[in-house]
Amino acid sequence: MQNSIQVKGLQKSYKQLHVLKGVDFEVEKGSIFALLGSNGTGKTTIVRILSTLLKQDSGNVTVNGFDVLLKPESVRQSISLTGQFAAIDEVLTGRENITMIARLRHLSNPRQVAADLLERIGLTDAADRRASTYSGGMRRRLDIAMSLVGNPPLIFLDEPTTGLDPEARIEFWKIVKELSGNGTTVFLTTQYLEEAEQLADKIAILHEGRIIVSGTFAELKQLFPPTQVEYIEKQPTLEEIFLAIVGKKEK
Amino acid sequence: METIKNYFFADMSVMLGRSMRHVLRSMDTIITVTIMPIAMMLLFVYVLGGAIQSGTDNYVDYLLPGILLIAIANSVGYVSYRLFNDVQRGIFERFNSMPIARSAAIWGHIMTSLVSNLISLTVIIIVALIMGFRSPAGILAWLAVAGILALFTLALAWIAAIAGLSAKSVDGATAIAYPIHFLPLISSAFVPTATMPGPVRAFAENQPVTSIVETIRALLSNQPVGNEIWVALAWCIGIMLVAYIIAMRVYKKQA
Ligand SMILES: Nc1ncnc2c1ncn2[C@@H]1O[C@H](COP(=O)(O)OP(=O)(O)O)[C@@H](O)[C@H]1O
Ligand SMILES: [Mg+2]
Repeated sequence: MQNSIQVKGLQKSYKQLHVLKGVDFEVEKGSIFALLGSNGTGKTTIVRILSTLLKQDSGNVTVNGFDVLLKPESVRQSISLTGQFAAIDEVLTGRENITMIARLRHLSNPRQVAADLLERIGLTDAADRRASTYSGGMRRRLDIAMSLVGNPPLIFLDEPTTGLDPEARIEFWKIVKELSGNGTTVFLTTQYLEEAEQLADKIAILHEGRIIVSGTFAELKQLFPPTQVEYIEKQPTLEEIFLAIVGKKEK
Repeated sequence: METIKNYFFADMSVMLGRSMRHVLRSMDTIITVTIMPIAMMLLFVYVLGGAIQSGTDNYVDYLLPGILLIAIANSVGYVSYRLFNDVQRGIFERFNSMPIARSAAIWGHIMTSLVSNLISLTVIIIVALIMGFRSPAGILAWLAVAGILALFTLALAWIAAIAGLSAKSVDGATAIAYPIHFLPLISSAFVPTATMPGPVRAFAENQPVTSIVETIRALLSNQPVGNEIWVALAWCIGIMLVAYIIAMRVYKKQA
C-alpha cells in the first residue's frame, strides 16, 4: 500500500451549507502533506472526517488502508489527531497528560513513554508543573507530544501553529520535520502559505469546496503566470501563487 | 470491536483517575461539597437547633440525612462544569479519535461524582459523629442508605451531564445546580413539613428529596421505612434512567 490517505469525491454539507463539493486527494506514505485554505473553507471538516469524528455525506475515504465508515476502530488505532485548539488537560501536569494518553493507548510502560516524550519536546523542566502555567508554544508542544504517544504511523495536525509567535512556530516546524524523518506521515492544515512551503512535500489548495490545485511547491510555482515572473526579481512565494490561482478562478 | 470492549473498565478508570485529580486540586470544589455542608450542619445544630422542634431528642440525628443530600446536590454543578470543559477544550474530541470505548469518557465523569461524594459524605458523617450523631442502624440499614445515596448521586450526575454536554456557555452548564440546590431546602431536611403553610407543604411533601430524606432518617433510626422507600427509589431510578437516556443521546450526537 503506497498511500496513507485516499480521498475520492468527498462531499459534506452542514444543513444548507455545502462545505465540501467533491474533494479528491492522496497522501503518500511517509510524506508531509499540507492542506491549504483560508478560514472557513472546510479544512477542519476534512480532518474530522479523516479522523472518524464526523461522517461524510458521500465519497470514499480510506485511511491507512481502512475505510473510515466501515472500519473506524482500525482507523483510530493507526492515527492520532492534534486538533485546532490544544486539547490538553490544564489541571494535570505535562507528565500526567502524556501518561494518561499512554494508559489509554494501553502501552506497557506509560511512565517511561512520558519521560522520553517530554525529553524529546523539551518539556522535561516543566514536566511537573500544571499545564495551565504553560505558554502557548509549550501547550502546543505538549499537545503534539500527546499525539506522538504510541508512535502512530499517521498524524493529523489541524492548524498547529495558529496563534503561535514566530519563534514557537519555527520550533514547531523542527518537531514536524523530525517526525517525518522518522517515517511518520504528517497531514497538516494551515492558513499560512509559508508554513506549507517550509514543511510540505505536497501541497493541496482547498477553495470553495474543491481542491483547486495540488502538487509540490516547485509544481505550484510553475502555475504562476510566467509573464509576471519577469517583472519580479524575487522568487514568487506560495502566497502569490495562491492569490494568482484563486484570482484566476474567480474571474 | 472486541478489544475495545475488553478495555472499557481500564479506560474508564484512567478517566476516573484524571477527573478525581480535578476534584482534589480544586479548593473551590472541596469547599462547596464538604466544608459548606459541614458549616451548615454546625450552624443548624448550634445556632438554630435549639429553636427547632424536630421531634427527636438529638437534632443532629434529624438533620444529617438532609445535610448529606445537600452535599450531593452541591456537587452537581461541578459535574456539568467538568464535562462542559472537556467538550469545549476538544478533550473529548481527542478521546473520540483514539481507539477507546466511546462511553468511557462520560462514565469517567459519572464515576467521579460517585467516588468524590463517597469521600465527602464519609467526612461529613465523621464530623456528625463528633457532634453527637448516633445511630442504632445495623449494617444492612447502612448499606441501604449507601445504595439510596448512590442512586440519588447518579440521578443528579446524569442530569448534570445533559447540562454540561449541551450548554453553550459555562454559566449555562452550571445553572442546572441552582434549582437542585433548592430542593433540599424546601423539604423535610431541616424541619418537619407539618409546620409549613399549605402550598409549600404540598410541594415539600411531594418532591423527591423529602421521600429520600424520610427514608434515610427511618433507616438510620431503626424505624420502619414503610412506603416511603419505594417512593424514594422510584424517584431516583426514574430520574436516573430518563436523564441517562437523554444524556447518552446528546453525547452520541456530538461524537
Ligand atoms: N458543526 C457545524 N455546523 C454547521 N456549520 C459548520 C459546522 N462546522 C463547521 N461549519 C461551517 O463549515 C465551514 C467550514 O468549516 P471548517 O471546516 O471549520 O473550516 P476551516 O477549518 O477551513 O476554517 C464554515 O463555514 C463553518 O462555519
Ligand atoms: Mg479549522
